[in-house]
Amino acid sequence: MTQIVMLAVTAAILMMAAIFFPFLELDAGGLNSRSSVFDAVLAFASGPLLPLSLAVAALIVVLPLVRLAAVTYALAPMVFGFAPAAHAEPAMRLAERTRPWAMAEIFIVGVAVALVKVAGLAHVTLGPAFWAFLALVLITVLNDNLMCRLTIWKTLEDRRNS
Amino acid sequence: MENAGRPQEFLTARRAGLVGCRHCGVAHPAGTVRCSRCGSALASRDTRSLQHVWAWLVAGMIAFVPANIYPMLLTTTFGKTAENTIVGGAIDLLLHGEIAVAGIVFFASVVIPIGKFLAIGYLALSVRRPTAIRGHSRQRLYEVVEFIGRWSMIDVFVVAILTALVQLNFVAAINPGIAAICFALSVAFTMVSALSFDPKTLWDAYEADTA
Repeated sequence: MTQIVMLAVTAAILMMAAIFFPFLELDAGGLNSRSSVFDAVLAFASGPLLPLSLAVAALIVVLPLVRLAAVTYALAPMVFGFAPAAHAEPAMRLAERTRPWAMAEIFIVGVAVALVKVAGLAHVTLGPAFWAFLALVLITVLNDNLMCRLTIWKTLEDRRNS
Repeated sequence: MENAGRPQEFLTARRAGLVGCRHCGVAHPAGTVRCSRCGSALASRDTRSLQHVWAWLVAGMIAFVPANIYPMLLTTTFGKTAENTIVGGAIDLLLHGEIAVAGIVFFASVVIPIGKFLAIGYLALSVRRPTAIRGHSRQRLYEVVEFIGRWSMIDVFVVAILTALVQLNFVAAINPGIAAICFALSVAFTMVSALSFDPKTLWDAYEADTA
């Protein structure tokens, strides 16, 4: 359980770095373009595709963050030996419900495909955020695999009653 | 394993007059509506599950049509604008010699969605009437469908990244087309469709098969 909370906190910090540092840099014929994950989110922000922009933001940034926060909220007090927080159960349920919708790892594969697409057109450099995001994805996958749903629910109930 | 040919009779929660929580595993007396441990809604069988599955599935199929007809990417190089549909983009990659990536894109955005429509439809039919699929293969199909559905979103993310990255004014610019939103909707609808499937109906069908 300590591991899960620590990994969740790590992932949240990496997410902050991944959002705001430059993600990819593009050079073509003396022209330079830089983009962060934030820009990718805002890519659809102009015109009729605004809803899509919101959806992308939700899928790759908001939901993963919400899940991490929810897991931390539900488990952290127990790690430190206190009774579970007041709304630990709804938080845990939220984290489980949103699990299929947090698509950070799919985003990374999307980045790989996009890189190949523009590789012929221009020179692309990977920014620090790319590595942060990659680490974030690995940690999230590891965390989701470490987490045993039934054990957590059982522990939550036991601690709540004791 | 003295009786390997036929599975032994086992006690299910339902036969014991209990209802199990799908989220945290606690068994409650039948008729309980809310789980005492995690607070999820309880139902021994979700009777409207199939209706939801079909409704979302049809919505996903409808959204999939414009997603393939309209352009996904608008590429402007030196003032000329080229429109790319999903399949067109994959063919472009293939012509550039990127066979593996073209394969991934084609697989993620054409084969998986269509395969999902077929698989969910087939599963939904198979719990109601006898079909060729039997025993555990039905469960396996369901698990694959549930796991793989999210990966179709790749194409939407590729478009988002390309749009953000390739903005070099006159030389080259990439803008998203209307198909991007249709495709995202289609993927989301089929995901909801797969999620609203009550896996217990599959187990009922399994019991009906083996009985």
